[in-house]
Amino acid sequence: MLGSDIKEQLNELAAHLEEHLSDSLIAIEWERDELVLRAQRQTLITVMTFLKDDSKCLFRTLVDLCGVDYPEEEFRFEVVYNLLSLKRNMRIRVKVRTDAETAVPSLTSLFLSAEWNEREAWDMYGIFFSDHPDLRRLLTDYGFEGHPLRKDFPLTGYVEVRYDDEQKRVVYDSVKLTQEFRTFDFLSPWEGAENGMAALNDGTLKPEEGAG
Amino acid sequence: MVESHIKPLTLNFGPQHPAAHGVLRLVMEMDGEIVERADPHIGLLHRGTEKLIEHKTYLQAVPYFDRLDYVSPMCQEHAYALAVEKLLDIEVPKRGQYIRVLFSELSRILNHILNITTFALDVGAMTPLLWGFEEREFLMEFYERASGARLHAAYFRPGGVHQDLPDGLLDDIAKWSESFPGFVEDMESLLTNNRIFKQRTVDIGAVNQDEAQSLGFTVPCIRASGLPWDLRKSRPYDCYSEVDFDIPVGKTGDCYARYLVRVEEMRQSLRIIKQCLDNIPDGPVKSTDNKIAPPKRGDMKKSMEALIHHFKLYTEGYHVPAGETYSAVEAPKGEFAVYLVSDGSNKPYRCKIRAPGFAFLSAMDYLSKGHMLADTVAIIGSLDIVFGEIDR
Repeated sequence: MLGSDIKEQLNELAAHLEEHLSDSLIAIEWERDELVLRAQRQTLITVMTFLKDDSKCLFRTLVDLCGVDYPEEEFRFEVVYNLLSLKRNMRIRVKVRTDAETAVPSLTSLFLSAEWNEREAWDMYGIFFSDHPDLRRLLTDYGFEGHPLRKDFPLTGYVEVRYDDEQKRVVYDSVKLTQEFRTFDFLSPWEGAENGMAALNDGTLKPEEGAG
Repeated sequence: MVESHIKPLTLNFGPQHPAAHGVLRLVMEMDGEIVERADPHIGLLHRGTEKLIEHKTYLQAVPYFDRLDYVSPMCQEHAYALAVEKLLDIEVPKRGQYIRVLFSELSRILNHILNITTFALDVGAMTPLLWGFEEREFLMEFYERASGARLHAAYFRPGGVHQDLPDGLLDDIAKWSESFPGFVEDMESLLTNNRIFKQRTVDIGAVNQDEAQSLGFTVPCIRASGLPWDLRKSRPYDCYSEVDFDIPVGKTGDCYARYLVRVEEMRQSLRIIKQCLDNIPDGPVKSTDNKIAPPKRGDMKKSMEALIHHFKLYTEGYHVPAGETYSAVEAPKGEFAVYLVSDGSNKPYRCKIRAPGFAFLSAMDYLSKGHMLADTVAIIGSLDIVFGEIDR
């Protein structure tokens, strides 16, 4: 019962946004029953200001901001903003594409919560936000290098710390694995002969791996 | 007398400090005893949970959620389970939903007891902590009987809960629910009208409604500012639409209001627990789809198909259709959500964890500006911060 109400409300919102924001948006999409807006970097502030202040939207809370990495694409990073409207009981998602060099406008002037979230995205992905008052690293160690949540950053990382008894302090070393790092390809032919054969034929699965 | 100028002083608070609720390092610029700027340094408990989850199957990712906010583990599994269920498009059987709601509310009480009592300890009252931990012990016993673990339960899984409740557990919870209101009253008699407690908390760290929204505050801190927002009412998940409860709302948005809201939330949780105990139906506790939920141990001894399902589920795991979702639950600390991106394989492509404490702590500078040093301790306590979820 409640689900259909929300869907209807979001449909209205989508039409409303189509009317007022169509110049600034790339697309309005549906992800199951969630509404997703694809915005451009240049007009992000316009879109967000509209979403925040328009009487039919009132998305006053930026609940979450995060990056997603698609390394094979031209603009590899996607910045995802999840907004919540307490007044209208709605959620909406805004997405912006960027790469490691291009800055995304910071939302700190609109939402106080953007400050730390953007710092985290910078720390984890190296997404640069222009006009951010204090874009330092947030979660990683002092003096850390690299952006750990990128898909090309290894799970083990590059450095490890240990206590050195001679120097009587904690020292940084490069990671030494006592056992080889193991990953298994579970996308096995078990799923059915078709999948296995297709993977064998296009070369994504080597026969000896598939057998193991 | 000549007035002497006092230089601003930089004070380092933590990371090892009993009132920091974990490993918080707070670098503060002080003008005498007044805080001019507070800069929290976090990440000392950063374990790369989100990265690890990207390398695990959907089922293997469940235990990581216990280790985020280790005071209310089951609520976080709940958010993850709901996200995966949404992508898989499966329904949890009624009994499974009731068990989840029951244990979510037990977790809420578990969390609030810890928060209120340690908060009281921070501002100078020791007895509530000692009394509260006795109650927590009962609750953790319930946890243990249901899941086998006192803290890291891994009990809520995509598709339902891991196993059915053992015999007699519901009766014991019912018995406990009769005695629990007595504890809340005892604790309140020590704190609510206590002069010292009020002096330390009233008008400290107050936020108004607009600020609270902009800061990304969620329940219960936003309720303390007077906004009656509750995900269990506005977007009911599982069987929350079938139970009756009220939303406590504060007026002032200060530390004292946050305390009062939490106390009342415990009473409301107890109401929900009682309704769950009365109405819990019989039936399966997890999805009957054997491609998602593992078969019973007994079936595996007899049925070849069950054995294959079991093997497949615990090696390859299930494949989740490509898509993405943002699923939120009302965790005791605030809105806990999982933004899950699936690429159609057996591992999440991206799993962003939205932790309520992260937003609270980012407001620390905003809240403590102009307050005394001792007040920052009260503010940290009232925000209900746990580093497992902030650092992830």
